[in-house]
Amino acid sequence: MPEGPPDDPTLPPLFADWFARRGWRPRAHQLDLLRIAGGGRSALLVAPTGAGKTLAGFLPSLVALAGRPGGTKAAGLHTLYVSPLKALAVDIARNLDAPIAEMALPVRVETRTGDTPAHKRTRQIERPPDILLTTPEQLSLLIAHREAAELFGSLRCVVLDELHALVTSKRGDLLSLALARLHRLSPGLTAIGLSATVREPDELRRYLVPQKALPGRDAAPSPVRERDGVRDATSPERAPPSPPREPEDDSSAPEAEGAPPPMADLVVVAGGAKPDLRMLEIDLRLPLAGHTAYQSMPAIYDLIRAHRTVLVFVNTRLQAEYTFQELWRLNDDVLPIALHHGSLDAQQRRRVEAAMAAGQLRAIVCTATLDLGIDWGDVDLVVNIGAPKGASRIMQRIGRANHRMDEPSKAYLVPANRFEILECQAALDAVEEAAQDTPDARLGAPDVLAQHVLGMACADAFDPVALYDEVTAAAPYAGLTWEEFEQVVDYVATGGYALRAYERFAKILRGPDGLWRVRDARVAQQYRMNVGTIIEASKVKVRLARSLRGKPGTVLPKTGRVLGEIEEDFAETLTVGDTFLFAGEVLRFEGLAEDEALVTKAGPGTDPAIPSYAGAKFPLSTFLAARVRALIADPFEWDRLPRQVSDYLLQQRRRSLLPGPRDLLVETFPRGGRHYLTAFPFEGRLAHQTLGMLLTRRLERARLRPLGFAANDYGIAIWTTRDVGERIGFEPGFLEALFAEDMLGDDLEAWLDESAMMKRTFRQCAVIAGLIERRFPGQKKTGRQVTISTDLVYDVLRKHQPDHLLLRAARQDAATGLLDVRRLGMMLRRIQGRIIHKALDRVSPLSVSVMLEIGRERVYGEGADEILAEAEAQLLEEALA
Amino acid sequence: MSDADPFTREDRILALGQRLEKATKAPGLILAGESLTLDLCGGLWLEAHRTLIVSDLHLEKGSSFAARSGQFLPPYDTRETLACLHEAVARFDPRCVVALGDSFHDARGPERMEPGDRALLAALQEGRDWVWIAGNHDAAVNEGVGGRYTETLSLGGLTLRHEPRPGAAAGEVAGHLHPCGKVAMRGRAVRRRCFVSDGHRLIMPAFGAFTGGLNVRDAAFEPLFPNGFTAHLLGDGRVFAIGRTMLARD
Repeated sequence: MPEGPPDDPTLPPLFADWFARRGWRPRAHQLDLLRIAGGGRSALLVAPTGAGKTLAGFLPSLVALAGRPGGTKAAGLHTLYVSPLKALAVDIARNLDAPIAEMALPVRVETRTGDTPAHKRTRQIERPPDILLTTPEQLSLLIAHREAAELFGSLRCVVLDELHALVTSKRGDLLSLALARLHRLSPGLTAIGLSATVREPDELRRYLVPQKALPGRDAAPSPVRERDGVRDATSPERAPPSPPREPEDDSSAPEAEGAPPPMADLVVVAGGAKPDLRMLEIDLRLPLAGHTAYQSMPAIYDLIRAHRTVLVFVNTRLQAEYTFQELWRLNDDVLPIALHHGSLDAQQRRRVEAAMAAGQLRAIVCTATLDLGIDWGDVDLVVNIGAPKGASRIMQRIGRANHRMDEPSKAYLVPANRFEILECQAALDAVEEAAQDTPDARLGAPDVLAQHVLGMACADAFDPVALYDEVTAAAPYAGLTWEEFEQVVDYVATGGYALRAYERFAKILRGPDGLWRVRDARVAQQYRMNVGTIIEASKVKVRLARSLRGKPGTVLPKTGRVLGEIEEDFAETLTVGDTFLFAGEVLRFEGLAEDEALVTKAGPGTDPAIPSYAGAKFPLSTFLAARVRALIADPFEWDRLPRQVSDYLLQQRRRSLLPGPRDLLVETFPRGGRHYLTAFPFEGRLAHQTLGMLLTRRLERARLRPLGFAANDYGIAIWTTRDVGERIGFEPGFLEALFAEDMLGDDLEAWLDESAMMKRTFRQCAVIAGLIERRFPGQKKTGRQVTISTDLVYDVLRKHQPDHLLLRAARQDAATGLLDVRRLGMMLRRIQGRIIHKALDRVSPLSVSVMLEIGRERVYGEGADEILAEAEAQLLEEALA
Repeated sequence: MSDADPFTREDRILALGQRLEKATKAPGLILAGESLTLDLCGGLWLEAHRTLIVSDLHLEKGSSFAARSGQFLPPYDTRETLACLHEAVARFDPRCVVALGDSFHDARGPERMEPGDRALLAALQEGRDWVWIAGNHDAAVNEGVGGRYTETLSLGGLTLRHEPRPGAAAGEVAGHLHPCGKVAMRGRAVRRRCFVSDGHRLIMPAFGAFTGGLNVRDAAFEPLFPNGFTAHLLGDGRVFAIGRTMLARD
C-alpha cells in the first residue's frame, strides 16, 4: 500500500491541498513519520532511493512550523538537518524552497558549511533560521560554542540524512556525541534518521535516542555536582556514578536486566521495483588475475552509446584512470565521457558534477566519491567494473541509476578476472534476495571522545559525572566505563601520561567547584582548528611543467596547470623519469619543486611504469566471501556459472580438491627451486596480508626459511627455501599449530609495533585527539626543528607507556581497519579442525590465481636494509668500475 | 612466471652486502689522520682517544612543546635519548663523552628535567670527562647538569664544534644540520639519519629521540661539500655507505 488515505487527519489541509495541486498523494511512510514525530517520538526511516525520503523527514517540521501561532519570529532554531556531504545540504536547501514558497510557509531555511562567510555565521547564532542544514563537523563546532545552550534550547527536531553511511566511521562517533548533547540541551527532542536499507536497523534505531535517561538541562547540574563533591571529599576512589555496562557487551545487550535498550520507532518502505541487474558476459576467456577488465571495454563503450547517461563505477583510482583512458581510445563518436575521483583537482570535480547535473555528459568514470551525493535523475545505467566487494555497496551504487522508485534501476556488473565472476554471481544472488552486509555497529573511538570532551569544555564548564552520563547515552559509547572516561579527561587535560610532567600546562583545569574549564582562548582556538575526524593524507600538487628542448632533463617549474593532487607518500617513492597514470594521461615525473610534483606528458605509447598509487580499496565483505566459498563447494551450483569458471573449478577438483564452505585448503608444491605454500581463506586482502606477515614469522621460527609472500582477496602464497609440505607430513599437528589462533597474541603485537600501517593509524588518532596539529592543505612544510614525526612519537610512546590512550585507540582501529585483525580472528576460529592439506607436485589451478600476484606488490623480507644494501652496492659497483 | 620472481637479484645483493660488511667489519673513516668509527646508534667513536661524540641530543624537546604550544608530546624523549646514550657508553666505556651542541632543546630545558632523568645523566657522567659544546639552542651554560662547557674542542687533528663552517680547515666534526638520507627504489622509499663526509669534514646525525632530519640533498649541504660526499645511513642492522647519486631529494 504505497499511498495513504486521501484525507488523512494528520495532514493539515494546507499540506493536503499542496499535495493535490502537485498531483501527488502523501505516501504512507510520510504520514507515519508525521504521526510518530507529532507524538514526540524519534524514528528511523528506511527506504530505497526515490521514495521521497527527504520530504518525509522534513514534513513533521514543516507542519509544526506552519501551525505556529503567527508572528512568533523569535522562536529560535526549530529543526537541524545533518548530511555527510556539504553539497547535499546545499541541494536539500534548494529542494525545500518549492514547498515553502508554494504553501507560503513562514519558514526560513539556511545552510551552514565550511564555505559560509563569517558574518553570516555570527548572524545565524544571533538570529537563527527555523531550519538549519549542516554537516557533522559544523555541528560539533556549534555545540562547542559559548551560545550553544541558548541556540539549541528551542530545537524540536534533528534530521540525520544518509545515516547508514555516517555511522560506520569515526564521523558517526562524533555525530553520536553531538546528538547526545542536543538531547540534553533540548529534552524531548525528536530525532529522525533517514537511511538506505541496512542489515541491522535496530543499531541505527538505538543510535538516534539516548541510551539512558539524561539529566534535564535545568534540573541536572546541582544534584549531580553535589553527588560528585561528596565523593571527592570522602574517598579517593571514585565509584562509578551509574552502573556501567560490561565492556564486552555488544550493543544488543539490554541496558538493564529485562529492559530492552531504548530505540527509535521504525518505518520501512519496502523496496521499489526490483533492479534489473546482470553480469556483463563477453565471449572471451577472462584472465585468472588482474583488475583492469580490458577485454570488456568495447562492450562497456557500446553500453554507453546505447544509454542516455551512464555511471561507470570502479574500485580504485588506478582503475578509474585506466578505464577512462581505454574508453577514450575507443571513443570514435567523441561522446562526452568524464572522469571523477578523489585525487583530481576540486574545481575539476565540481565542473564534472555541474556538467552531469546539466545533462551534458554521456558517462562518468568514478570511484566511491560518487557513491553518495545529489540526485541525478538522468542516469539510466550503472556499470560496476571489478568485483562488487559487498552486497550493500553494490545496492547503493545501483540506486544511483534512476531515482524514481517505481522504475527498475538498471545495472551491469563487469568481472575483470575469473574469480570476480564468482564474486559477481554471489552479489547477484544477494541482490536477488535483498540480503544486506552493512558493517556492525561501532565501538566509539577514544580519540574522538577526547576531541569532544575538549569541545564541551570550550562550550561551558562541565561536571564530569553529568558529561559521563551524557556521553554514555550515545549508542557507540554506551559501554564506556567511568575509568575509561576519566582516562580521556586526563588525556585532554595533560596528555594522560604516567609521568605527570605537564600539570602546569593543563588545557582544561578543574576548579574548586568540581567543574572542568578550558584554560584559555588559545586552547579553544586550537580545538576549533582541529575539529573533525577526516584526516586527509598530506598531498602534493601535480603540475604540468614544460621541458626545455635545448636542455634535455631540465624543466621549467610553475609554467603549466595543476592536474590534481597525489599523496605525499606516493610522491616520495617516485624518482625522476618514473611514469605513472594520472588525470587520464601517462605522466613522467620530473622532480619535486617545493610542495609540487612536476610532471611532463610522456610520449605516446609509453606504458606507465609505476603500478599504482594509494586509493580506496575495499576488502571482500565477509558475507560475499561466505557465498563465494559456498558456490565453489557445491558443484550443483556451477550450472549457473559461465563455462570458463566451471571448467576451471573442475580442473581444480581433478588436480587437487575443492574445499567445503567452512574448510581451509592449504596446498604445498615445489616450483623453480623454491617451495610454496598457498591457502585460501577468502577473507579479503587486508586480513590476508596480516595473516601472511604472521605466518612468515612462524615459518621463520620453525626454520623453514620463508622468503616472501603475496596476498589477494581470496588467498595467500608463501615461498620458502625448505619444504613445508614435507614438514607437515612428518610432524602431526604442525599445520594446525601453524594456523593456531594464538598467532594473534605476541606475534601480532610484535608485528604491529613495526607496521607502517599501524604508524599511519596512530597518526590519525593523534591528530583527531589533538596531540599533534592538523596540517592544512597548502600549508608549507615547516623546518626540521618545528615539526615532529609521529613515527618518532609512536616509537617512544610504545616503549615507555604501551597502555597509553592513543595506542589503545590505534589498536582498536587496527582491529577493523587497515589490518582487519578481527576478521582474521574469526577465520582462525572457523577453520579449527577443518584444515585440509594437499601436497602437490605442481601448482594447482586455484594457486595460480594468487601466484600471479607475486611481483605486483611489496613482499616480506624486503626491509629497509635490503633497499639500503642495494643502494650501497651501486656505490661499490661504481668504485669497482 | 620466473621473470616475476624478485629474489634472485635480492639474494645476490644481500650476499654482496654481507661480504662488504665483513670486509669493513666496523664501518670507519679516516679524517685528518684520525681513525673514526661510525656507530649504528648515531655516535662517533674515537678509539685512540677513548672518546664518544654524540650530537644534537635535544633533551626536553617534548616538554618544550608543552610549554610553548600546548602540544603534549610524550614526556619520555629525554629518558629514551639517555637510555640510548647509556647503551653506547656501556659498550665503549669512554674516557670522555662530547655532546656536540643543542644538547637541550631550549635554554630552560635543564630546569624542566625530571629528577629521574637528571640522576640517569649524573650516572652517565660518573668517572669520565664530560664536555658540553655550545649549540644554537643552548648557547648559555647548561646549569646544574654536570660536565664542563666549551665553544669548540680540539682532539688530535680534529676540531669539534656545533655548527659547521664552510671553508673551514680539514678535520671539522660538526652537527647542527640533522642530516638524513633518502633512498627510493622500486616503489619504496627509506629515509634514515646519517653521517655525511667528504673525507675532510664530517657532519653527525642528530642523536635525540624526537629530532627530525634534513635531507642531505638540501642546499644547506652544498657549500660544505663542494666536491660531493658519501652519506652513511643508519640502517636497522648496520651502517650503509650510500653515494650521492643514489640519494633522493624529499
